This record gives sequence, structure tokens and C-alpha cells, in this order.
Amino acid sequence: MGGRVSILTVEGLDKTFGGLKALSGVSFSVKKGEILGVIGPNGSGKTTLINCITGFVRPDEGKVLFRGGDITRWRAHRIARVGVARTFQVMRPFYSLPAYKNLIIPLWSPRARREGGWRGGGKHGDRDTVAIDILEEIGFERDSRVPYKLASTLPTGYLKRLELARCLALRPEVIFCDEVFSGLSASEVASMLPLIEKLKMGGITLVLIEHRLRELFKVADRVMALQFGEKIAEGHYKDVIEDARVKEAYLGIEEI
Amino acid sequence: MEILLFGIINSVTLSLTALGFTLVYSISRLPNFAHGALYVTSGYIVWLCVNTLGLNYLLGIVVGIVATAIIGALMYRLIILRIRGMQISEIIATYAIGLAIIEGLRWGGLRGSTFTLPSFLAGSIEIGGIAVDNQRLFVLGSGVAVFAALGLFVKFTKTGLALKAIAQDERAAMMLGIDSDRKALVSFALGSGLSAFAAVLILPLGSIVVETGYNVLIYSIAVSIIGGLGSWGGAIVASFLIGFAQILTEVFLSTQYQMVISLLAIIVTLLLKPSGIFGKQKELDDRV
Amino acid sequence: MSDGRDRKERIDRGIKVRSDGLYAVSSLREMLYLSGPRILLIAGLLLLPLLLDPFPYWRRVINILCVYALLAIAFDFLANCVGLVCLGGSMFIGLGGYFAAVFNVHLHLPVYLSIPAAALAGAVVSTLLILPCLSLRGVYFAIVTLMYPLLFTRVIEAFDLLGGSNGITGLDSFPGSYLENYSILLILLAVLFGLRRVLNADLGLVMHAVKDNDQSVRASGIDVVGIKALAVFIASFIGCLGGAYLAHVYMWAGLSLFALDFSIIPIAAVTIGGGGVLFGAVVGSLILVPLSEFLRFFGTFRIVLYCTVLTAFIVFKSEGLMPYCTRKYQQFERWADA
Repeated sequence: MGGRVSILTVEGLDKTFGGLKALSGVSFSVKKGEILGVIGPNGSGKTTLINCITGFVRPDEGKVLFRGGDITRWRAHRIARVGVARTFQVMRPFYSLPAYKNLIIPLWSPRARREGGWRGGGKHGDRDTVAIDILEEIGFERDSRVPYKLASTLPTGYLKRLELARCLALRPEVIFCDEVFSGLSASEVASMLPLIEKLKMGGITLVLIEHRLRELFKVADRVMALQFGEKIAEGHYKDVIEDARVKEAYLGIEEI
Repeated sequence: MEILLFGIINSVTLSLTALGFTLVYSISRLPNFAHGALYVTSGYIVWLCVNTLGLNYLLGIVVGIVATAIIGALMYRLIILRIRGMQISEIIATYAIGLAIIEGLRWGGLRGSTFTLPSFLAGSIEIGGIAVDNQRLFVLGSGVAVFAALGLFVKFTKTGLALKAIAQDERAAMMLGIDSDRKALVSFALGSGLSAFAAVLILPLGSIVVETGYNVLIYSIAVSIIGGLGSWGGAIVASFLIGFAQILTEVFLSTQYQMVISLLAIIVTLLLKPSGIFGKQKELDDRV
Repeated sequence: MSDGRDRKERIDRGIKVRSDGLYAVSSLREMLYLSGPRILLIAGLLLLPLLLDPFPYWRRVINILCVYALLAIAFDFLANCVGLVCLGGSMFIGLGGYFAAVFNVHLHLPVYLSIPAAALAGAVVSTLLILPCLSLRGVYFAIVTLMYPLLFTRVIEAFDLLGGSNGITGLDSFPGSYLENYSILLILLAVLFGLRRVLNADLGLVMHAVKDNDQSVRASGIDVVGIKALAVFIASFIGCLGGAYLAHVYMWAGLSLFALDFSIIPIAAVTIGGGGVLFGAVVGSLILVPLSEFLRFFGTFRIVLYCTVLTAFIVFKSEGLMPYCTRKYQQFERWADA
């Protein structure tokens, strides 16, 4: 873990909505190739953090640096194009389309065309094949024809994977996962973990915003905790959960 | 001085006409493209009452305002409520209704400039050496009175507070138990009634023509966009801006450019600050 | 267990099932089933001028009909495939018409050049003018498109530009009335089938995605504003093409090109004919434009009628004529046990 270079740095991020200060001076670094977990009770600003970093919400103050370049206040699609992808907590796939067709949209983007190395051009065959390949990588069993099923018929676990697949189509360097484990049963989560590991081994840096701490701690290299928009702890998960402030945030109990 | 005086009068007039539109939008997030149509309709109803039914003028005015408010409420209840939430349909529907009403009036006889309403107060007085007709002053006074009344309504009555709450944050208001559909109905009735009120005040200054319907719609939209869609304060400020701009164009250029200036102002606003002057609304949808 | 036959079920017709897939090629009947409607449409349209030869008035109506159909296609495309409601289709007709007039009368371009040039110029101008509101909420697009035709009329009148209230006269007409008919018919068919191909390809999917879920599209690295601008460009090109053509048919470009009819009839046509498939737009126009001619002496009552019918269709959430017919063609209904 030591010696890894920072791929994404956040400095002093502030965001206020109406009267509510959602983020307050949040600063941290994400190291290349690691899995960073972000935890915190509801309303701690986790989703706002992703939104500010990935360009869906404009931060009031602060900077976001990706690979040394300033991407603060860039528009969302530009940020996705340089390689910072994100999932959405509330997924809205195209239910009336088969699963693999859902990937046509990200595959159509300039980045996917560049990185994917095939000539974009609207030829159905190319993109469809790549889409199916990505889905297979992500666990959609090709023999059972799962990629061809309508998105409306897929269970939540598959939909979560589809969301990840949407990011993968961009061949990103960093993926911000907004609660990918939520809404899944224990066994479904258990089957997601190897996928997360696989992505990491493929060289992708992951930032997992999570509520399911036990599962998160199985894969996270480091963990960061937020409360009321402020960073209250950072480090190895064992240290973070022992931190007094984290305990208080989650359980409301003061350390004796 | 003349410019100042007429500028103020014009601005208040403008804000009166735009008020109904802003009100409806701020509460039900619906751009009521039939706004101008309702304006003209109310004038026509009053005219009918007075000239065809021979009613007393004051009674005719009351009938006109109430009837328009009812039409607005019916429009909401029968048509819009059924398509609530489907933005494309909502827009097309109000547009179609507005058009149907305006063109229907045109076909039904509202042609030429023979339809006039008498002024309430004849004569004029002199202010600082300039003759101002009493009707215009009456409009000015009424306008101010209406704003004050609305301000009080919104501060002190339950319905008024509910409306203000919805205008500020619909979801929060719903969580407090305010039925936004019901209130949207009220806002439509209120908005229509207000445009009727504006109409009966202002139409005596000219004649009732169908084109007014389109003009009123455009000006109301201009005021709303420049002031910020949904912002009441912004609408007032914007109507002053446009009101004065209109007077200045009339004085220094010619009346024909008035509409052009307003429309250009819209484009400029969209380019520079799309959410308008007081647009506290995120002009983009923040649905993340 | 069942309390009577009270559930309607829809089942694909036998011939539809048989014609799905490659085996359709093996039977003439199935091939006819599949291509029948399309052939009917194409042949019908192309034969129309010939059939109406004894009625020159109605042959001229074909020209107007095609222009309205083009506008309706543009509206359908924008509203149902990208999610933008264009309330001012007359803006395209006006821009296309005036550009054609300028190109033809002042710059002396021949007809077959001035029309495409005017379409291109009109499309560029339209896109630029609409661009500021593309990054805003949908309602702004509706408002802005509503305004522009009115703005143009007022500006032309006020500044007495481009011939002012009199317009620009002296445009060349088509060499031959059959050429007049067939050029626009072919353009219509080309646009109809061409746009459908685009919509069925990946770009079409991306556009639908922009309509339904633009956050996801942004997160996939696609510039949503750019896509919308492209859509506006395409739609305005189509509309301006119609406008340029019309100016040459009338041999005159004037304020009436910005008439309300051009804005409202396409909307009504799409609502009645059924949106989303482009064919509905054409069908709707085929119904409304001749109707409009019949109702001509009713004056503006026509508009009242269209608007009322339009609103009724919307309120009763009717799917439109085309989807209804398609359904009937492909499926049959029967009552079944619940």
C-alpha cells in the first residue's frame, strides 16, 4: 500500500444546499489501484461528495485533481471522458431494452471508442459484441442468454452489475460506486466481492461508498469516514472503526 | 420625469398581468400557456355582461373575474390533472387550450377594435406638469394594493402560507401534509382570477383585441424568465426592468420595437444567467 | 375460480408470428404482410399526383401536405425521440423560406441549389438560436420555440427588413408542376425512411436515452447538450427544407410563412397519428391537411377544432392512430378467463 501514487486528490471541498452545509472542507487522496471505502451515517454527505467530484453538482469551494490535472467544476460528461466513472444509487436502466443494449450508450461515447480501439461508426455488430463481452466479464452468463434478457426481467443483483458494466464500457481508471451493495441479499453481496477484486486486479481504482460495513471491510484497502459533511477519520478499517468519533457518529455513544 | 412616471405605471401594469402566470408556475411548476387567453376571455366576458346582458358595470366585472377563475380551475381539474407529471403533454395541452380559446374568440366575433370597456374614472390629473389619466393611476394604485393584499394573504392565511411553502419547496411542503394537487387547483383559480383582475383594470385603456392574448402571454413569459421562473420577487423586478425598457423604447425609438426588446431580453438572459435574476431554482434538474 | 370472461388478452396474429424471422422469406404471403403497409404508403404517395391529375387544386394540396408532413416528422422526432417540445414549427418554415428567397432572388442561385442551401443555412441559424436553452430544463425549449416565430415576425415588420410586410417576391418556380409534386414527395420519403434508419441505429438509442435518463448518459461520457443540438439541427434542416420548397411554390416569401398553422398542425398531426414512429406523423398530416382545406372557409375555427381534438387525444391518453392500427394489424384481442 505504501509507495502508491495518488490518482485523485480532493482538497477542501465545500458545498451548501440552501441552509444545509452538505460538505465542509473535505480533503483526501485516492491512491492508484486501491479500494477506498467511504462510510458514514445517512446525511453525512457521501452522495454529495461523489456528485461534486464527478461533476453532477458544482462545489462551492475546493479542488479536485485527477492525475495532477484540475477537474474541479468540469461538466459531468467531460469528467467521465477522462476516466472517472460513477454508478448511481438509484439505477434507471432502460427496462424495455435487453441488458446488452443498455451498454450501447456508454459504448457510443468518445472515450469508449478511443479506448476500445474499434471504429465506432454505428455498425451494430461491433458494439453489440463488445457489450456482450463486457457483460460476460461482469458475470452475466452468456450460455444462459442472460445478456439478452430485458432489463426489466433482471433481479437487483444483475442490475447492480449492469450499472458497473456501464462504467466499465468506458474503460475508466477510477470508479465511484454509490452503494453497490445496497438492496442485495447476503449471498448476492458475497458474489459481488470477487467481482470487485477482479476489477481492482484489472488496474481500476475503486471508491466504494457503502453502508454495509462488514462486506466493505473485506475488500477495502483503506477507509474514510464522514459525518455531517466532514471527514472524521481515515486509515485502515480497523483503526477507523475504533475511532471515537466514528463510534459516536454511528452509535451515538461516547467513548468512556 | 414623464419617463419615470409612465415607467412606473407601465411596470406595475406589466407585473399585474404577469402575476397570474408566475403564481401558477411557482406553485404547480406548470407554464400556463393559456394565460393570455384567459386574460382576453375575462375582458370579453365583462364586455358581454355589460353590453349584451345589460348588467351593471361593477357586477359585470365581478362576474368576469369569477368566471375566469372558474374557467381556470376547470381547466386544471378536467384537463391538466389527468396529465400531471407528463411534461410534454402538459405543455402541449395548455398551449392548445390557449390557442383554442384565443382563436375561438376571434372566430366567435372578437374582431376589429369596437370592443371597449369604459374607464372607471374619467378625466385626468396633473402630476408635475404632466397629464396622467385617472384610469392609469387607478391601475397603479390597484396594483400596489393587490401586491400588498397578496403579501398579507401569503403571510397570514393558511392557504396563502401553504401556497408559499409549495412555491419554495414542493417536497418539503408535501411532507408537511400540504396537498399540492389541491393547492395547484387553487393556484390556477387564483392565477386566472388575477389575470382577469388585471384585464378589467387595463383593458379600458385600450380596446379588447385578440392579439392582446398573445402579447400578454409573451410579456408574462418574458417577465418570468428574466426574473427567474417561479420567483415572485424576481417577477416584480423584471417587470420594472421591462416596463422601463418599453417606455424608453417608445420614447426614443418607436412602439414597434417594444416587443422586440422584450424578446431580445429573454435571449440575453438565457445566455448570461439562465435562471433569471432571482432564480433560486436550479435551472437544471438536480435529480442525482 | 373464474368469475366470467373478463380479461382481455392480446395475442399476436398467426401471420405475424410466421413472418418474424428469416423464414418469412419463404412465403409470398408473409413477405406481403411485412412489406405491404410500407409499399402501400410509398406507392400511394407516389401515385397521388397522377390520380389527382384532373384536380389541379388538390394536386397543389399535395405539396402543402408534404411540407406539413415534414414539419410533423420534425416535431415527432424532437418530442418523442429526444424529449424536446417544439411549439414553433413555423420558425423553420419562415427561416427556410426567407433564406431561399435571398439565395434565389438576390444571389441568383437556381432552384435546385437554393433549396438545400436555404435548408442548411436555416438549420445552422436555428440551432445557434436555440442553443442557449438546450442546457436548461425542457420547459425553456418550449418557451423559446414559441417565441422565435413571433420575434421574427415583429422584427421583420418593425425594421422593414427583407421586404417588410410585403415580403420578397420573384422567386423562381419549379419547371413543371409534376416536378413540383415529385420533388417534395421524394424528399418526404427520403426523410421519413432515412430518419427511421438513424433512429434505429445506435444514435437513435442514445437520443432516446437522453430523453429518458440524461444523467446516465452524462455519466457515460456523452455530451447531452451536443446530442440535443444535433437533434435540433436535423429537425430544423427538415423544417427549413419544407420552408424553402414552399417559398418556391408560392414564388414569394412573406410573413405568412411564420403563420400559426405551421406550428399547430404538426403537433395535432403527431398527437392524432401517433408519436414516436414517424409514420404516425405522416398519417396525421394525411388526415389533417385535406381536412384543413375543406374547412378553409371556417376561418380560424379550424385551429379551434384541431386544438380541441388534440387536447382530447392527450387527455384521454390515446396512443394515436398509427399505434392503434399497428396493434390491430399485428395482434388480435379476445376475452379470456381471468
